[in-house]
Amino acid sequence: MTQPPKGARRSYGVKTAPYGFLLPAALLFLLFFALPIGYALWLSVHKVEIKGLGLGKGAKSEVWAGLENYGSALADPEFLGSALRVLGYGALVVPVMLGLALLFALLLDSERVRGRSFARLAIFLPYAVPGVIAAVLWGFLYLPDVSPFHFLLEKAGLPQPDLMDGGPLYLAMSNIAVWGGTGFNMIVIYTSLRALPTEVFEAAKLDGCSELQIALRIKIPMVMPSLVLTFFFSIIATLQVFNEPMTLKPLTNGIPSTWSPLMKVYNDAFTGGNIYAASATAVVLALATFALSFALLRISNRRTTQGAGR
Amino acid sequence: MTGHATPALRKAPPAAGTTPGTAQAPPAPGTAGPAPRRTALLPTAALILGALYCLLPVAWVVVAATKADDELFSTFTFLPGTGLADNLGELTAYRDGIYWKWMGNSVLYAGLGALLSTVVSAFAGYALAVYRFRGRELFFNVMLTGVLMPPVILAIPQYLLMAEADLTDSYLSVLLPLILSPYGVYLGRIYAEAAIPAELVEAGRVDGAGEWRIFTRIAVPMLGPGLVTIFLFQFVAIWNNFLLPFIMLGDDEKFPMTVGLFTLLKQGASQPALYTLVITGALLAVLPLIALFLVIQRFWSLDLLSGAVKS
Repeated sequence: MTQPPKGARRSYGVKTAPYGFLLPAALLFLLFFALPIGYALWLSVHKVEIKGLGLGKGAKSEVWAGLENYGSALADPEFLGSALRVLGYGALVVPVMLGLALLFALLLDSERVRGRSFARLAIFLPYAVPGVIAAVLWGFLYLPDVSPFHFLLEKAGLPQPDLMDGGPLYLAMSNIAVWGGTGFNMIVIYTSLRALPTEVFEAAKLDGCSELQIALRIKIPMVMPSLVLTFFFSIIATLQVFNEPMTLKPLTNGIPSTWSPLMKVYNDAFTGGNIYAASATAVVLALATFALSFALLRISNRRTTQGAGR
Repeated sequence: MTGHATPALRKAPPAAGTTPGTAQAPPAPGTAGPAPRRTALLPTAALILGALYCLLPVAWVVVAATKADDELFSTFTFLPGTGLADNLGELTAYRDGIYWKWMGNSVLYAGLGALLSTVVSAFAGYALAVYRFRGRELFFNVMLTGVLMPPVILAIPQYLLMAEADLTDSYLSVLLPLILSPYGVYLGRIYAEAAIPAELVEAGRVDGAGEWRIFTRIAVPMLGPGLVTIFLFQFVAIWNNFLLPFIMLGDDEKFPMTVGLFTLLKQGASQPALYTLVITGALLAVLPLIALFLVIQRFWSLDLLSGAVKS
């Protein structure tokens, strides 16, 4: 069969078809992404002005507020407190979760390790458990009357800490995130390990490298792009933690209703009724997330290039 | 399936000059022998420990769902109780079976939402992979920023806009915002680029097939596993979603499982008898997805979830 010259048979349909296929996605993007983001930005620079006694129609009007909402958001001790808590929480969750994900991915990739298909499924399992349910399960396991930890500590005659208050609360909360997130990240890293060319490892093995050396010197640097990706998504998810502290809250007095920034936004918007302040806080949170992830991305990029240059 | 094929592929061919006997010897630096096949004990232990850690809460909820009210706080954590049938009966009877209503709602939101999401992602991914047109990269990049957009900045204005349209507290308010998944579009593009050869599309055109016919008859069958992946990803994402329905819905008849169990837990703070219902409900909520993954992993690979197209 002879191939027609490119474009000769291109009809009107070929030119318009891609736009047709993109139409549903584009419409949904406009309605449920672009429009809300624009509206949030608009709200964040407005406020309600009340005329007179604030009674009757037209007594309340939305007026330009400039950066006023941003100023008060950044000065709000509740917001700053929640931001600090979540930074501490993130500093625990992200390294531990990605460290474990990387470790398990490397172990899955090692042929001398047994029980790999069982472990792969078991570690991935929490991905299928909603955050709310994960928090319910762990929350009960933290309750002194239910917990096996407290049972063991009691038997051993040791003091039993309250896992849902003060310092231990960070560990308890981080544990839920690590439990829920390790599996998915492990799969992402494992997938890119599997895509690496095997000749490199064989050559290294012939040169007498141990499996550990191969993992540290060859595998980890080569899967750096997927590590950076998982890192990026983990930070975004961590800074927005909401479901888990919200769910644990009824089980303890140790979690204030503004524990995380997102809880603060929710509280302002739906309990306090100030959607303008809440929007400004949400925008600040989004910008901070971007800034933090890009800054860390740059640092890790510099590290990788230096490492490669050695 | 890429799952279990590699160990065989990764076996090093025996190096010239080595006898089979040396395979069991510890590798001395500089020896060119095949890698030892012994089980690495410490790494295996670490991996199994990780697996057990991940199974622990699930194992607990299975045991705890069998405990009666008084057993929950008095017997050892992993000691099975005697109340499973009672708990299931009480849960079903609770407020005329509202629990099963929540379960049904979750299936509806996640099932229909994931189905629509898969269609939208397949359309967009196919267009981005197969056609060359103006604005292609721009569209893709704008869409990708959506992946990075924190849901928090979307949730409040989405609620207010839904309120403007008089749609809050409706099934649509939870369903519609979750149809478009930027990650789904991204996966759709990757799979379409890998699975659909340009020559095949061109051949279809030469044979006089229209663009729609080429998509449905050629592209969709080739995209099979990729579409299953997008569906599963989005199904899990919607099934696990809490924030959006929590904000949008007020009527508990429309709650999905996550929000329903949350409100039940909240009431439990003053009525501890509800705790056993929460635990039994949590068990029943976890089972369908676990079963889904166990069944589906026979003909579908987890690797696909991270956009792996090699195999």
